[in-house]
Amino acid sequence: MSILEIKNLHATVETPEGTKEILKGVDLTIKSGETHAIMGPNGSGKSTLAYAVAGHPKYQITQGEVSLDGEDVLEMSVDERARAGLFLAMQYPVEVPGVTVSNFLRTAKTAIDGEAPALRTWVKDMKGAMGDLRMDPAFAERNVNEGFSGGEKKRHEILQMQLLKPGIAILDETDSGLDVDALRIVSEGVNRAKESTEIGIMLITHYTRILQYVKPDFVHVFVNGQIAEQGGPELAERLENEGYDRYLVGSGS
Amino acid sequence: MSTTDMKGPESTGDAAVNEAVGHAAGAAPVAAQTTVDEADVPAAPELEEENLSLPGQETSAAHAALNRGARKRSFEVSDHEVPKSHVEEWRFTPLRRFAPLFQDVATDDSAVEYQVEVPEGASEPGTLAIGQAPRGTVLVPEDIASAIASARSEQALHLTAAKNGAYDAPFRIDIAGRGADRRGNGHIVLETEESSSAIFVLNHTGSAQYAQNVEMIIGDNSTMTVISLHDWDDDAIHIATHHARVGRDAKLKHVAVTLGGSAVRFNAIGEYGGPGGEIEKLGLYFSDEDQFFENRLFVDHSAPHCTSNVAYKGALQGKKARSVWVGDVLIRKEAEGTNTYELNRNLVLTEGARADSVPNLEIETGEIEGAGHAAATGRFDDEQLFYLRARGISELEARRLVVRGFFAEIIQQIDVPEIRERLSASIEDELARSMN
Repeated sequence: MSILEIKNLHATVETPEGTKEILKGVDLTIKSGETHAIMGPNGSGKSTLAYAVAGHPKYQITQGEVSLDGEDVLEMSVDERARAGLFLAMQYPVEVPGVTVSNFLRTAKTAIDGEAPALRTWVKDMKGAMGDLRMDPAFAERNVNEGFSGGEKKRHEILQMQLLKPGIAILDETDSGLDVDALRIVSEGVNRAKESTEIGIMLITHYTRILQYVKPDFVHVFVNGQIAEQGGPELAERLENEGYDRYLVGSGS
Repeated sequence: MSTTDMKGPESTGDAAVNEAVGHAAGAAPVAAQTTVDEADVPAAPELEEENLSLPGQETSAAHAALNRGARKRSFEVSDHEVPKSHVEEWRFTPLRRFAPLFQDVATDDSAVEYQVEVPEGASEPGTLAIGQAPRGTVLVPEDIASAIASARSEQALHLTAAKNGAYDAPFRIDIAGRGADRRGNGHIVLETEESSSAIFVLNHTGSAQYAQNVEMIIGDNSTMTVISLHDWDDDAIHIATHHARVGRDAKLKHVAVTLGGSAVRFNAIGEYGGPGGEIEKLGLYFSDEDQFFENRLFVDHSAPHCTSNVAYKGALQGKKARSVWVGDVLIRKEAEGTNTYELNRNLVLTEGARADSVPNLEIETGEIEGAGHAAATGRFDDEQLFYLRARGISELEARRLVVRGFFAEIIQQIDVPEIRERLSASIEDELARSMN
């Protein structure tokens, strides 16, 4: 049972024009088994929320709290947050030359669990998860994200989520740029993780399409660094029909 | 038949990576030269340069200066000038640090100790006086440090693999420096006679001011592997000239590993005595705070139907960690059917380190199979670190993972398992040290 609590979170970033506040008081609680869709226009700060919670050094937290199961996340280093059970599927995963997928996954699994996984079950788990995501076994011997297509990168992110079994996963625009087939495969992966573990999910997206495949329990509309409105799945339908214009009136965008 | 395949600048993934790739086969037209000129993408603090000269071009003064094969060679110390930084050959080198090696003073005979071990069945080590063949038949000094090392080494160590001989174990030379203020000179002659096969390991430890010549005579149809490990203490200075001649249908695999020392300049030259020769030059270096490691390579394609393959990889970390790699390949008019490729990659792990990388290719005949080179310097950047750490991997482990992966390609090709293991461990040590 995990619970991620974000309270009044403010974050800034340094830009050439000076310090800019991106998050302006975010309140959000995600529990095991829940799927929260965070939807909003470009530039609203959705991705900043994801990276700030994961601990990216680019963002300064100026106010507020983030806790995971009562532990202060903001006090933890990036890797400590991951070991505490947080996972961030990135929008733009980076290449790691010379490091194979299989070596990377095993190293990450060992770090998260605090001990090396038993070889036999690990190989089986990895093969099974890769098969589920329709990834060729040869994929394991390629270097991390090197020469991966957009769809391969996203499947690789979901593969990691499946194997590392985090308590709370933040999926940052995992659906962006995917064709329908790839989106379906990735969504199935997310749903499998939901069925097989108690994972809580923060699903950050710009588009409503993925919500046809991954059903959210809650929908939050993110505008100008804050949650502007929240509701159930019906809110997504409304956004589908009306877009974000309603929220942007008067916000200066 | 002649074909042309040239690629311009290439950037892969990480925006901090600059890559210059040149590829030429056969007589390349002038247009291709333009492409390569554009490939020069310097980016602070790394520097990438690339020089390619092809047949049919006007020979300018600049080109003449580039011609690596035309460099003066002589045993006479007085024929060589004390290096100046405005000379191309020395422009990256911190001359003051190497200054003791440019002084023609008597060898301190106990500055450097040698321990030699030959494999079972091999003849005992011999010595060669100045002027006693085969000493001096391949290596003729082309700079003052090498000329002094030659003139000041009365006796050269001579190790030979006999005709048709094959040995299970390597020939080993342990070279131990006995003091950072002591001046040593050395000349070593390694020889594989016709159709023999042998591995020679030169292991440098301790500290000294050491100028060294290694002369390699690879007999027809023989195979020589030389592994030179520079594992000096932090205050050693070392200039080495390795010069090989590869006989007809013979093979040289030459591996240079530089992990320790204050300043090490390594000059490795390979040429061919007949057709069908193969040269493979592999290198690995890891430069820490204040360490200067320079690798200069020259493959002189002087015979037809020979191949050469050069691959050097280096990592740098810490303030004023410096590396220089200059790879020269000359394909002479008579070297028809040549196939050559050279590669240098650098991984800059921290701020304040600098890697220079300059591949030079001179082609004097159109009748070749292929010639290419690639040089790139990349950073271990914050985004990579964030990505790995976001998967629970600690910073040290993340660096380890990346550096291990980076060097694996070179280490896997070293034929002595014990050296492979030692290198992996040494690299871990280097990383662990810097993280504390």
